[in-house]
Amino acid sequence: MGIRLEKPWRALTPEAVAALPAELGVFQLGDAQGTVVRIGYAGGRTLFGLRSELAAALAAGEAAQFRTEVTSQYMCRYEELLMVHKADHGALPTGNAADGRRRLGRLSPG
Amino acid sequence: MDFEPNPEQALIVEQVRRFVREEVWPLEAKLDPDASRLEPEDHARLTAMTRAMGLYGLGIPPEFGGPDVDIVTQTLIAIETAQHRAGLYSPCYGAFGGAGLAQLYEANEDQKERYLFPMLRGEKRGFFGLTEPSGGSDPARAIRTKAVRDGDDWVINGSKIFISGADGADFGIVFARTDAEKGRGGITCFIVDADTPGFHVRRVVHTLRSGHYGTELQFEDARVPHANVLGEVNRGFAIANDRLTRQRIPYAAGCLGVAIRAQEMSIEYAKQRETFGAPLSTRQAIQWMVVDNEIDIRTARWAVLAAACKAAKGEPFRTEAAMAKLLASEGASRVVDRAIQIHGGYGVTKDLPLERWYREMRIRRIGEGPSEVQRIVMARDLFDQALY
Repeated sequence: MGIRLEKPWRALTPEAVAALPAELGVFQLGDAQGTVVRIGYAGGRTLFGLRSELAAALAAGEAAQFRTEVTSQYMCRYEELLMVHKADHGALPTGNAADGRRRLGRLSPG
Repeated sequence: MDFEPNPEQALIVEQVRRFVREEVWPLEAKLDPDASRLEPEDHARLTAMTRAMGLYGLGIPPEFGGPDVDIVTQTLIAIETAQHRAGLYSPCYGAFGGAGLAQLYEANEDQKERYLFPMLRGEKRGFFGLTEPSGGSDPARAIRTKAVRDGDDWVINGSKIFISGADGADFGIVFARTDAEKGRGGITCFIVDADTPGFHVRRVVHTLRSGHYGTELQFEDARVPHANVLGEVNRGFAIANDRLTRQRIPYAAGCLGVAIRAQEMSIEYAKQRETFGAPLSTRQAIQWMVVDNEIDIRTARWAVLAAACKAAKGEPFRTEAAMAKLLASEGASRVVDRAIQIHGGYGVTKDLPLERWYREMRIRRIGEGPSEVQRIVMARDLFDQALY
């Protein structure tokens, strides 16, 4: 597992979402240019894990693309992705502005 | 010897127990099962309540503004505050505060002004940087991070691993080798500001836990002023060792608290769950598991309170603390394992806290010194000899 989520983007479509596993994990939403607009996680209270979370993003028209990573350590992986994004881009994705309420750590991943 | 709480302690324990059940449990029911933090407004509300109870900042000495609560009572409280889903590593989500980095109480006045007091006011956070990739159980020899004197500064190079909270800290207490020839007598403790050039938090170290993580640190010619030496040069090992011994009592108490709650859940479930026409509680196989749980819990409880009593009396308690840590972490691991067995399939779901405790409890047999090191500590005292 790399420190960054570097899988290829996939189009956020009903078919792609329906094919997602009902697993716990993390995801990134991107716009058509591949800019990350939100980082999220599918935690233990989701009905169908990643599938539920991405279905909600699709219904809200939040993004054009997505990528996922199945992991049972979703909470700390989620925080790690936020910190890495901030280290790489100097700010959190626009959709994670609310996460700034909490004290987020900082990484220098190199 | 009487380990029953006195009336005042019983009152406090009851107050804390109500707090956990009436304030923490309902919040937790809405959080992710692996969450380790509350929403800021919930945290502020709970903290205001513990302040009103006079129990905020239990580990802070009274002369620094903490409540005057003895270590036995603190231990009884720690047993209670662990009795919820996140309780092992986030007892009451930090609503009772903490002692912070206890080593700073021994700092000089300048260091207290710059680090201790801001930490106590909640303005600064610190981390404890001891363990290295070369090992954590034998810090005296495993520490390879080096600090070399250069004028009024020390230049630090090396790495640390499994360090909690470093990514969000303002400073850290870092142990480095300052004399290669002297073993444990060649280690110095430094206070390192997190914005020091050359200090890097390189990565999150993923483990069985999800809500908490350790980090890997790197020091690349990190320059620290001599004024940031904590204690004396080459006397840092004693600072680390003292902390490791003291920390074992609350660490063991947390394990015990989770075991008590897992046992409570097991008994409740066994009374209501029926198999083959009768409640589980009537099955000898289940009864024996519950009895074995109780034996583990009571054994650990006596050991934990014995260690706390010795510490309260100002007597040496290294062996007692090591024994408490070993018995509580190993016993609680067995208790949680049996509790899952009693709950069957539900035991391993995220609907119940047991699966989280099962994962986190496995770490407790390693953290703060693995069981094997606890045995080494006890053997050393029994044979009245220095370690090797």
